[in-house]
Amino acid sequence: MRVTQGAFSFLPDLSDQQIKAQLEYCLRNDWAVSVEYTDDIHPRNTYWEMYGQPMFDLHDAAGVMSEITACRKTFPKHYIRVNAFDSTLGWETIRLSFLVNRPPEEPGFRLRRIESEGRVQRYAIEPYAMDKPAGRRY
Amino acid sequence: MNQPVGRPEGGVGEQDVLALLAELDRELIGLAPVKRRIRDVAALLVVDSARKAQHLPVAAPGLHMCFSGNPGTGKTTVALKMASILHQLGFVRKGHLVAVTRDDLVGQYIGHTAPKTREVLKRAMGGVLFIDEAYYLYRPENERDYGQEAIEILLQVMESQREDLVVILAGYGDRMEKFFQSNPGFRSRIAHHVDFPDYLDTELLWIAELMLQQQNYRFSPEAREAFVRYIAARKGQPLFSNARSIRNALDRIRLRQANRIVAKLDRTLTADDVMSIEAGDVLASRVFAKASGAAGEGR
Repeated sequence: MRVTQGAFSFLPDLSDQQIKAQLEYCLRNDWAVSVEYTDDIHPRNTYWEMYGQPMFDLHDAAGVMSEITACRKTFPKHYIRVNAFDSTLGWETIRLSFLVNRPPEEPGFRLRRIESEGRVQRYAIEPYAMDKPAGRRY
Repeated sequence: MNQPVGRPEGGVGEQDVLALLAELDRELIGLAPVKRRIRDVAALLVVDSARKAQHLPVAAPGLHMCFSGNPGTGKTTVALKMASILHQLGFVRKGHLVAVTRDDLVGQYIGHTAPKTREVLKRAMGGVLFIDEAYYLYRPENERDYGQEAIEILLQVMESQREDLVVILAGYGDRMEKFFQSNPGFRSRIAHHVDFPDYLDTELLWIAELMLQQQNYRFSPEAREAFVRYIAARKGQPLFSNARSIRNALDRIRLRQANRIVAKLDRTLTADDVMSIEAGDVLASRVFAKASGAAGEGR
């Protein structure tokens, strides 16, 4: 099952050229770009691992692209996303976030029914990949 | 096949390049070898865009440069200018300049250097990375120095991402020579070795007048004459650093001029009063005292 998180996720995966164009847009707006990765793709997993430091005062997308390439090389089967942080007063938040890498196979999510107090039924989802320990999931 | 080289779409036309070169001639005094090199590069660009128009393959030219020369010959100034020139010529995408020294590239402990160097390189992408006093990167007396690591990363990026950034090294001539001897890889990866010659006396005078003009001052004819003698005298003394010495001299002359005006402030000052520099302001310099002192000893 294809994971749809972040912007553009219902489109076909972006090509490097398209990623570069998006990054140019971010940098043009003075947003600080950072690269993050994870192999725990649960939708509630907000904070992913940072790859390197957030890149402030960059001028050109080539710098971010080299970071993305390096991250892909290190974690070829992880989810990798790019965040663009806007530090303008009043915003101070992520303005754009999109996936730039996903594992070749995405097994999808399991729906788990949990019996709670009384006969209350609760539901949870968890990625099938989570059955394996971190680092060996995809 | 006879299309004029005028302006291929997205490229740079002859006219732009000529205008740029004329501007360069106006703003930079002397420095003939530097201007020649820029002209070469500009010519290459015009040819390249013509080739592109004819659908001939065009390779990204290696534009890494090394500026060597004595103190105050304009290496840093030209490097700053270079960034905007290369941008206008379309060789670099953004045209900003990131100026760094050893401290910005080399870390203090193991594993600190590579991220630091990469960080700087990332910032310089799309523009020009200017490494001042590059020979400090390599410290042969300490074999565990992290400078070597920074050099390796630099070389790798200079080779593989030459369309993304231009690296300019600068430093004093003899020390750069030694640096290249111990890092032969560096020399061969730099396409343009530009030597900055010392300025002639006349060029120094032009520079002085240009500096004054920019600050809205001017020499009186006698002061100008005195300054010619000042240049000759200063050149004979140790630690002469070309245009930098001239700038310092002008700063001191301005102080003396201000002092002279304030000392006898008996009337309202006109624009002429505060703009003109008199011979006395120049002649009060220590340089003359030293020069005549030395001549006296000789006698």
